[in-house]
Amino acid sequence: MEPSDPDALVELRGVSKRFVKTLDVAARIGNAFGAGLKEEVVHAVDNVDLAVAPGEVVGLVGESGCGKSTLGRLAVGLLPLSSGERLWRGASLAHLPPAGARKQQLKMQMIFQDPYASLNPRMRVIDIVGEAPVAHGMIGPKQRTEYVGLVLNRVGLDPTLMRRYPHQFSGGQRARIGIARALAVKPEFVVCDESVAALDVSIQAQVLNLFIELRTALNLTYLFISHDLGVVRFISDRVVVMYLGRVVESGPSAELFAYPNHPYTIALLAEVGKVQPGKRTFVPIKGEIPSPLDPPRGCHFHPRCPFAMDRCRESAPPLRDIAPGHRSACFLNDTHE
Amino acid sequence: MSEAVLTVEGLRTHFFTKAGVVKAVDDVSFSVGRGEVLGLVGESGSGKSMTGYSLMGLIDPPGRIVEGRIVLDGVDLRALTAEGMRNMRGNRIAMIFQDPMMTLNPVLRIDVQMIEAILAHDDVSHASARARARETLVKVGIPSPDERLEAYPHQFSGGMRQRVAIAIALLNDPDLIIADEPTTALDVTIQGQILYEMQKLARETGTALIWITHDLSVIAGLADRVSVMYAGRIVEQGTCDEVLGRPAHPYTQGLLDSVPSNNERGQRLRQIPGMTPSLLDLPPGCPFRERCAYANGECTESPAMRPAGGPGQTVRCFHPLVSLY
Repeated sequence: MEPSDPDALVELRGVSKRFVKTLDVAARIGNAFGAGLKEEVVHAVDNVDLAVAPGEVVGLVGESGCGKSTLGRLAVGLLPLSSGERLWRGASLAHLPPAGARKQQLKMQMIFQDPYASLNPRMRVIDIVGEAPVAHGMIGPKQRTEYVGLVLNRVGLDPTLMRRYPHQFSGGQRARIGIARALAVKPEFVVCDESVAALDVSIQAQVLNLFIELRTALNLTYLFISHDLGVVRFISDRVVVMYLGRVVESGPSAELFAYPNHPYTIALLAEVGKVQPGKRTFVPIKGEIPSPLDPPRGCHFHPRCPFAMDRCRESAPPLRDIAPGHRSACFLNDTHE
Repeated sequence: MSEAVLTVEGLRTHFFTKAGVVKAVDDVSFSVGRGEVLGLVGESGSGKSMTGYSLMGLIDPPGRIVEGRIVLDGVDLRALTAEGMRNMRGNRIAMIFQDPMMTLNPVLRIDVQMIEAILAHDDVSHASARARARETLVKVGIPSPDERLEAYPHQFSGGMRQRVAIAIALLNDPDLIIADEPTTALDVTIQGQILYEMQKLARETGTALIWITHDLSVIAGLADRVSVMYAGRIVEQGTCDEVLGRPAHPYTQGLLDSVPSNNERGQRLRQIPGMTPSLLDLPPGCPFRERCAYANGECTESPAMRPAGGPGQTVRCFHPLVSLY
């Protein structure tokens, strides 16, 4: 494990998240008679280190089921860690008294994927956005209207619409309400989980522009989770690629997209469509993502990897520096030395 | 272009709701040749899916095709009876939907569903229908087809399920397949696999393909020709190179500018202001004029399709961005 990074705003050290399906009564009775049923364990996140520096935008990419959303939830504190440590400005968050933890927690907020499901349909915008700052005593109840107006202005919504319900807004406007809700408590660190995935291209461009404006205006730090590599390349300073619960590669955005190292990253980038006229031949990577219930031994990518060696089937390659700030988990890098 | 398999002229599909008339498809014309891939691009609500449903005869009340001709291989589909249309559907013209779980019946095995689709249109024995089903599964790249035939849809992954849906569309060797966002719900690596299979199939079988999507990068790599839709109308049409290389309509240009990978990292994206207008009682004139930087008084009239740019390119705009060349 890396020594803790004193400059990091948020740091996850060796975190894992296991989801366990415990045996029910019937299964336990069955086991008493020797049925040999086992608990099912999903290693959603498997010993991951992640540090986000203040003001940085880290893009987290991977396909569905790779654990990127779970890692985002761990980072923001929505899910308890199974093991590992979570640090805020170099100090562990695990042993804080409840009041202190609550205060720290406000500094971290999340913006969710679905602008339809993440807003309570029975609450007016003023309640959605204004509830948390009042509850945390940041503003008095009487200042609420004025404060919500300011926040809505900031995200490009007309404050006169604050008495409306979510269903009266379009998808792009709802995304802005979700952003306003997160920003209302003045966070420093925001996890955006597929926050633009549900939007049309032209609306997505508007919301991405808003993210960039807010970043400079409010000095925000983002963990930007997306399956869309085009979006991640555009917005991120640094990119982390995940595959089946593990980080396979991380590095500065420009470098990682120009010189991808891990075979999975290379395959993923080959699929990123560029809007360039001219037919291209789609070259598929074979196979599908294995089930996280029963991940392959060794390197998780080896059943699909065109360069897999015997070694890859035996043990998992560690993340190693291959260039300053650029790390990759692949045995191929050893053979080049 | 080779002879047209499908010709659509002046198609209008309107929905007569209590709140007013929604012109979901408004004067759409295009044609697709044998073995050709036509990309139908647009944002949500642009009428691209409704165009597909109209071709399949799947418009339910309060919607109705009010005008237009749909000719498939010399047969006017709008003149057919319900019975006649049923004989075409799944046989000469097939559709692949976005969500394969909605296409496949969850309580029937794959073989039952595939054999049913063959026997509905073909007078063959059960055994030969099963053999054809197996063969088609191989064609779309499903490993161990004999076992997979006996599986239920929930036993397949998302990508495999979509392959089965594609196999069902291919069963009767249709002249035309309409694919409505078939890869949108899939992961990029799986999307790459499906696109690879489809590209190969279109080339080998000569089936015409209409690929409906919002994703310009898929279209750029796959389609021969592109139609861009906005607010129920086709606003620009032409070969892929023409439309995506030198767009003539300000909306096409705006759409291309909005794609993050076409922009400098960290810079503001060149965005289109505003949002798609409601199709309910849309005022006459160009529907894009409220968001368009080039709009002037002329745009309160509806522009007609006119040639612009390359030889195959037409645009519905008074101020095309490129002149004829």
